[in-house]
Amino acid sequence: MSDRPYEVIGTRPVRHDGADKVTGRAKFGADVRLPGMVYGYVLRSPHAHARIRRLDTTRAEQFPGVLAVVTAADLPESPDRPVDLVEGTLPLRYVRANVLARDKVLYKGHAVAAVAAVNRHVAEEAASLIEVDYEPLPAVLDVLGAMREDAPRVHEDLRMREFGETTERAGNIAEHFRFVLGEVEPSPTGEGLVPKGFADADVIVEREFRTAMVHQGYLEPQNATALWNQDGRVYVWTSTQGAFSAREAIAWVLDLPVSRVCVYPMEVGGAFGGKIRIYLEPVAALLSRKCGRPVQIVMPRRDVFEATGPTPGTVIRVKMGARKDGRISAAQVWMAYETGAFPSGQCAFGAMCILAPYDIPNLVIDGYDVVVNKPSTAPYRAPGATQAAFAAESVVDELAEKLGMDPIEFRLKNAAREGTRRADGPKHARIGCVEVLEAMRNHPHYRAPLEGQNRGRGVALGYWFNIGWYSACTISVNPDGTVNLVEGSVDLSGTRTSIAMQAAEVLGLRPDQVHPVVADTDSIGPTAVTGGSRTTYATGWAAYEAAHDVIRQMKQRAAMIWDVEPAAISFERGVFRTGERTMTFAELAARLEETGGPVIGRGAVNPASAGGSFAGAIADVEVDPGTGKVRLLRFTSLQDAGRAVHPTAVEGQMQGGSAQGIGWALFEEYAWTAEGAMANSSLLDYREPTALDVPPIETVIVEVPDPEHPFGVRGVGEANIVPPPAAIANAVYRAVGVRLRQLPLKASALVDALRAREN
Amino acid sequence: MPIVFLPPPLLALTGGRASLEVEGATVGELIENLDRTWPGLRDRLLDGGRLRPHIRVAVDGRISPMGLFEKVSPASEVHFVTAVSGG
Repeated sequence: MSDRPYEVIGTRPVRHDGADKVTGRAKFGADVRLPGMVYGYVLRSPHAHARIRRLDTTRAEQFPGVLAVVTAADLPESPDRPVDLVEGTLPLRYVRANVLARDKVLYKGHAVAAVAAVNRHVAEEAASLIEVDYEPLPAVLDVLGAMREDAPRVHEDLRMREFGETTERAGNIAEHFRFVLGEVEPSPTGEGLVPKGFADADVIVEREFRTAMVHQGYLEPQNATALWNQDGRVYVWTSTQGAFSAREAIAWVLDLPVSRVCVYPMEVGGAFGGKIRIYLEPVAALLSRKCGRPVQIVMPRRDVFEATGPTPGTVIRVKMGARKDGRISAAQVWMAYETGAFPSGQCAFGAMCILAPYDIPNLVIDGYDVVVNKPSTAPYRAPGATQAAFAAESVVDELAEKLGMDPIEFRLKNAAREGTRRADGPKHARIGCVEVLEAMRNHPHYRAPLEGQNRGRGVALGYWFNIGWYSACTISVNPDGTVNLVEGSVDLSGTRTSIAMQAAEVLGLRPDQVHPVVADTDSIGPTAVTGGSRTTYATGWAAYEAAHDVIRQMKQRAAMIWDVEPAAISFERGVFRTGERTMTFAELAARLEETGGPVIGRGAVNPASAGGSFAGAIADVEVDPGTGKVRLLRFTSLQDAGRAVHPTAVEGQMQGGSAQGIGWALFEEYAWTAEGAMANSSLLDYREPTALDVPPIETVIVEVPDPEHPFGVRGVGEANIVPPPAAIANAVYRAVGVRLRQLPLKASALVDALRAREN
Repeated sequence: MPIVFLPPPLLALTGGRASLEVEGATVGELIENLDRTWPGLRDRLLDGGRLRPHIRVAVDGRISPMGLFEKVSPASEVHFVTAVSGG
């Protein structure tokens, strides 16, 4: 008998998708080839904000090789209603307007029309013949400027909402919300609330932070292949995080019943939240309806940057007070997120996370989602939380320094635990905040000396709440004792394997004896999007239930063979037993035909939100004071995984999230022209971190099992991106003594700050 | 009795009271009973007999997918929160 609680959970088998991925046989969206398929190209707005006075597609339609042209006029005009887009609820008219602009273009790159032709070059050439008469309008590009009452309006009909209720306030503020804990009082100006507790503080730090709009940076561009079949059904092959969420969104936009849309989720070459929303799918479908052929559209890189959903730029103000005993007495946060052309709701997510690591008795958080003439923002790995943590963790670091306390000890003194009330109201369930901090404090990296000039070490903590949601799974038993597992979760990161491992654990099989398949929307029950760090948690749970259903049915078959009651049969480590008689899973699998036919187990779950995951980062940097270049010397990521199903996959998530966080910290930003055009919309100009920038990332998996999950799993996909920017900024301060409060930490800003200090 | 916590935008309907003890065995019953004492709360939380699209309910710290059907115990804490997602 093994000492380990599990045989399979916690091991590191070869990924089921490994062979296809490393040999180039995995099929991505752009690999789809259908008989008679033609190619589409999308014409996009050259203006950040303009009215469409006239749109004439005649010349494009007459161009040789063109099969169809569509505009917003081809979209249905069913009544407007709110639709749940996974990332938030939006009016259907906004969803359609982002697919194809109708009266106004709201950002440079906004889709205006599309052409299907015999090849992409013909389609692109024909698109250039579409005549669009634009009336340029003043663009609003800055979140604070957009909040002014006299700012140009992105949407004339937008009214600010508060907890879902539309107010009378017109402008560019889409949503305002407020979280309050403890004792508060009216602010001196009479507008808003301030928390009590600052009067008790011995140290108060109040700062303003800005973060840039950044992109998820996936390598595979958005793509869609659609066939509007003669029977009225629409088939779509696409790179999406959620086949079912894509099916719903396509059906809404095209005003079809969901049962008339089938989505085939292809392999995904990176997503990170950016492939939840649909862009090309309805356009390809409309073109297909017009020309009667399958139509494929693949975005050029420029369109990926300009026309998909980056993460919001922000302005965040944080004020915190602490006593000499090291306890935070009060916190006040004001945060404004630029949502791009349409509301996105990410500010609320940031507000739910910004103070979640701490037990703070009195706090007020005011948040604003603000529309601007930039691409409509979308989730990006822990959406809204990384920006928020950069602000809060910088202030926490400064408080610790002013109190003369070790930054980790200060955090531990204020750390949230099970039962600590969060800013948004509910109490934390069982969480691993303290355990992550203790792992940071005890790690050799934190204790190692850091010698040399202009070198510093910084730490930070981050939180992401993780979600539950519904998942479906079936398991059919093969006569050779293996099983096929069909699931609805798109596999972004090896979740086929982490889900199969949970089934294997129950069935007493090796992971390679479970063959996982990600199915299309006609072939498995509804399964929510792969996002919110939910897939290993929730779909793994569905696999666990399906596997138990298999065992229950197999016991009935064994009972028939042995002529006993099913209750008299036990199953352990792959062996059925009653008295002295035993039968392996494989032996019984070979006898299913004679005992009643196929055994198919089913699992369907809809768990409540998961307990959330905390992550910590320790960063060592060296700063060149002459050039402002920041070199990462050493980086450690620590995260509570609940129970690490496949530790290599967990470490991969931690390293991937850290590398992206390093990109946020040091390099990445949308650069804008005065007219609102992205000035760096290629991978040559948009600076993502490379292997030369990122040192080997050490990982520490902390395991505080989630008591609700059968194996104690917590999602691990997101929290790891949250702390790196703050940890690196804090390290830069300890290296050279200046604090930068704007992401990315530009070399030029660092040089300016160092010069300003000298002067 | 279960305690219902209300977010700041709803406090105008309860005279500023942010937490209320309410009878009920499900979230739906709590809302009905709340509305009897504080008229308007039901309409502010529900649309067409279901929680409004952007609103979720958290019972004892976990956001429930069951909405109005979620069971509560006499010791439960109930919060109405913004719907959350992920990336």
